Amino acid sequence: MSDLTRLDAAAMAAALAAREVSAVELTQAHLDRIAEVDGPVEAGVHAFLHVDGEGALARAAELDADRARGEELHPLAGVPVAVKDVMVTRGLPSTAGSRMLEGWIPPYDATVVEKMHAAGLVTLGKTNMDEFAMGSSTEHSAFGPTRNPWAFDRIPGGSGGGSAAALAAFEAPLATGTDTGGSIRQPAALTGTVGVKPTYGGVSRYGLIALASSLDQGGPCARTVLDTALLHEVMGGHDPRDSTSLKDPVPAVVAAAREGARGDLTGVRVGVVAELGGTGHAEGFQSGVLQRFAEALDHLRAAGAEVVEVSCPSLEHALGAYYLILPSEASSNLARYDGMRYGLRVMPDGVHPSEVTAEQVMAATRAKGFGAEAKRRIILGTYALSSGYYDAYYGSAQKIRTLVQRDFNAAFEQVDVLVSPTAPTTAFTLGEKLDDPLAMYLGDVATIPANLAGIPGMSLPVGLAPEDGLPVGLQLLAPVREDARLYRVGAALEARLKADWGGLLLDRIPAWTPAPTIPATSLATTAGASA
Amino acid sequence: MPALPREEVAHLARLARIDMPDAELDHLADQLTAIVDAVASVTGAVAAAERATGEPVPATSHPVPLTNVTRPDVVHGVLTAADALAAAPEAEDDKFRVPRILGEDA
Amino acid sequence: MSTTNTQPDLIAYDDAVARFDPVVGLEVHVELNTATKMFSGAPTEFGAAPNTQVDPTSLGLPGSMPVLNAKAVESAVRIGLALNCSIAAQCRFARKNYFYPDMPKNFQTSQYDEPIAFDGWLDVEVPASEDGSLPAFTHRVEIERAHMEEDTGKSSHVGGATGRIHGAEYSLVDYNRAGIPLIEIVTRPIAGAGARVGEVARAYVATLRDLLRGLDVSDVKMEQGSMRCDVNLSLRDAPDAKLGTRTETKNVNSLRSVERAVRYEVSRQAAVLLGGGTVVQETRHWHEDTGLTTSGRVKSDAEDYRYFPEPDLVPVAPDPAWVEELRAALPEPPAARRRRLQTDWGLTDLDMRDLLNAGALDLVEATVALGAPPAAARKWWTGELSRAANTRGTSLEQLPVTPAQVAQLQALVDGGKLNDKLARQVLEHVLDGEGDPQQVVDARGLAVVSDDGALLVAIDEALAANPDVAGKIRDGKVQAAGAIVGAVMKATRGSADAARVRELVLERVSVRA
Repeated sequence: MSDLTRLDAAAMAAALAAREVSAVELTQAHLDRIAEVDGPVEAGVHAFLHVDGEGALARAAELDADRARGEELHPLAGVPVAVKDVMVTRGLPSTAGSRMLEGWIPPYDATVVEKMHAAGLVTLGKTNMDEFAMGSSTEHSAFGPTRNPWAFDRIPGGSGGGSAAALAAFEAPLATGTDTGGSIRQPAALTGTVGVKPTYGGVSRYGLIALASSLDQGGPCARTVLDTALLHEVMGGHDPRDSTSLKDPVPAVVAAAREGARGDLTGVRVGVVAELGGTGHAEGFQSGVLQRFAEALDHLRAAGAEVVEVSCPSLEHALGAYYLILPSEASSNLARYDGMRYGLRVMPDGVHPSEVTAEQVMAATRAKGFGAEAKRRIILGTYALSSGYYDAYYGSAQKIRTLVQRDFNAAFEQVDVLVSPTAPTTAFTLGEKLDDPLAMYLGDVATIPANLAGIPGMSLPVGLAPEDGLPVGLQLLAPVREDARLYRVGAALEARLKADWGGLLLDRIPAWTPAPTIPATSLATTAGASA
Repeated sequence: MPALPREEVAHLARLARIDMPDAELDHLADQLTAIVDAVASVTGAVAAAERATGEPVPATSHPVPLTNVTRPDVVHGVLTAADALAAAPEAEDDKFRVPRILGEDA
Repeated sequence: MSTTNTQPDLIAYDDAVARFDPVVGLEVHVELNTATKMFSGAPTEFGAAPNTQVDPTSLGLPGSMPVLNAKAVESAVRIGLALNCSIAAQCRFARKNYFYPDMPKNFQTSQYDEPIAFDGWLDVEVPASEDGSLPAFTHRVEIERAHMEEDTGKSSHVGGATGRIHGAEYSLVDYNRAGIPLIEIVTRPIAGAGARVGEVARAYVATLRDLLRGLDVSDVKMEQGSMRCDVNLSLRDAPDAKLGTRTETKNVNSLRSVERAVRYEVSRQAAVLLGGGTVVQETRHWHEDTGLTTSGRVKSDAEDYRYFPEPDLVPVAPDPAWVEELRAALPEPPAARRRRLQTDWGLTDLDMRDLLNAGALDLVEATVALGAPPAAARKWWTGELSRAANTRGTSLEQLPVTPAQVAQLQALVDGGKLNDKLARQVLEHVLDGEGDPQQVVDARGLAVVSDDGALLVAIDEALAANPDVAGKIRDGKVQAAGAIVGAVMKATRGSADAARVRELVLERVSVRA
């Protein structure tokens, strides 16, 4: 079979089940592809921080043997997966993109990693990300940025840029992500792939290196809506080790995706969120993004959906609330990185080793181990939680959260799903917003509200912006626990667009050629640099 | 909204246990001032909402509320000392070796 | 940080309490005796090899998450109920953020403004002074709150002269203790005890310890740190004045030390105030060896714990019906139980004190429950068995004898099968592991001679050997029979029932008459 890496996961699973291809062949094809395009950091996609070729082939061989013995295997057994480096993997490096955890080998597996292993997914390696998932470009990785496979000088989005780029560059058919304010959906939008942030509590957070506990949510990434659903069902479900895990069974997202793929949305009510690029709120949204978004709405109408505009006025304050809650929780979650028990330890300058104290080592370690964005957010969160400011900042932000939930609840009285552009713009250039945090934060305006409210969201590609030829994503939002609606509507839209395009958007991606030159400035100023 | 003066940022950096040279403090003070300026509207927004409805807005700390999630008192998931100490920057006698601790005792 | 705490001037305690009104507050940390930690499945065995009672959560590893121990919640509610507290309809955990190497996450998960139990009280019986000059009295200590939190790891300090932190070259950290469930019980300020403030503090901690032991929620071993006490103390000019500045003396870890630390701080603070100084709000350290407190950390504004609700845990909302079930199943409070048993058993205060000092209350109660008369049960445990424990250098609980065996022994005595002397012999053999009293009796043939015929033979021999005795008895000197009884007991090597022998002697003499 030629060009195995271009198949989607469902097709790979079918080929494996039919024994047209072995798991080892499939794994090797992806390892070859990774070797071809992923490195070195100066000239490759750099989607991976760590590739576990040996482990992947060994696992694939095991699965082939199991299959040969006629054992009952999970439908996805033997399909490769790329795992975001924020998920801890026993025996494999898990750095969350930080110097702080360079060299740390976890003694345990995240629950989602256990579940994927049990389903027979073959872990290819760990994907790049913004340090501790703080960022929207993957430039804040301590180990150098990931490139957008659509254009080597562009960011792939973030924090899960590595997973999204691995999918877009055909280095893996499935990948995992975590989404705290858009870290799954925004990279999906910027790379022409699909990503889902499930309902908060739908996927276990145990073993996911925490950024902001009340916002973080693990989820699936893939190139098609159905593949995303297939991975979602593997990752999801109750976990007694996560106190915030829902007891509900995993929503029937695969069935929903299959139903949606028939392209009929008769009776489905779709609400365009006015505040997110709708009427009178187009400021900050790129025209090509709005254009492709509008065309997608036409497709939804054509499929039989009723499209109306709804207003969620409190979303105006969602960004503010988010950038108080996230740094507050992060400042506490990241306190444990202090050089005492694991990871980096830095001795302070100018102090004799016999005189050095634990406090000095902690402060020196955290100065060296955290990048500029991590420090920014830790200091901001320390401020927001400090006595005298707590009520005004953290307290108010938690109340905005209530208002956002109320607005969504009211909107979902009127419509079944909400839609918006996933990101206001297509992928920007590496280095462009690196030292302008506010500009970077504004890119999260459409994805953040879902995290505040805990509702599920999906991004799927709806075309290329005419002005720059880069992918545009549409975001679907559904009520809490109604993840299946995303898949039904998403799959219907995808089916219509595929019919239009004669294939996936990714089929139009330019062939990867190693980047000839990389602007040195965009690589130099990542983690560790003084801001 | 008041700017975050450098001394305030220096205090926060000490609370957060991060060494920060003066140049970094200055730069960060400017950036944080801008960020705080941008996010501080939440306070007014809550006040406006409360005025509009005449009722206090409750805080939401969990997006999907649950209560009473507990586990039985049964041992599981124990690590060996070797696993626990494998990543220690320094270890001695099966304990984590750390620089001398100041603070609590004197 | 001051390290030169020279002995300050002190004011004699009696003078200090004559001049000032002392107010004490106590914060007691109790380690629960759960099998696993507050938020994870790591075990909690005391004294285990370093870093073997750990899992990803108790080490604070990246990605780890807390899940609340159901047993710990139950224990917390039971403690709250036993302390006459209200139980929160809903409460949450918060993170207390500060950096310290023995705290794996650099925050402690604790309850901040939402404790699970609050607004309770505990009646404390302060005994009379040894010399009787000061009377016994009861003081109601108000409980502000009891809340759940997790313990920290333990560091030891290497190098330096004393093994203390000061002067150490480095520290070694063991996280076995990190995450062990703690209940912190905080009193309201205890006022009005005057000169006896130290005794009240001590009696409170003792009463609390007994209460917790009765609930079986903790080992409450102060010497092992499973119960730890912080003493807050302040002085004010008069009972109606507002509270003075307080100091917090940490880790006062014996009952005796609680009283000593209170007295020391009263004397020290009085000296400071009378010297025209002001008491500094600070943490002080208690030194068991010298009986002094020394200055620790000064509480300052720089300390900012940045509490916020723990987002990795969900609220606890104890079901009211469940709370009532737990309330109904609470054991009787120790003080009430002691009063009841003293009355039931007809003991004097002195008897009761001896019984308590011997640590025999539970054992006697169990023995009585198995049918032994209270006086007899008390006699065995505080007499013969206390001596045996002493000789063997062990405690009553540790002796290889059970209340059931003691009850059986007493039943043999009451049934006339054994006399006291024989019973003591049987008990020795029980302690030597020869089985139950009945088994010893059977195996060794130690039963009392109850065959009147055999006894009469011996009596006749004795009367023959003491010809004047029969006459004396007939003359009304009944006590003369004792010589015959003694002779018979000797002849039968103690295996006769002395009371029966006496009856037979009197019968025999009168029959002959």
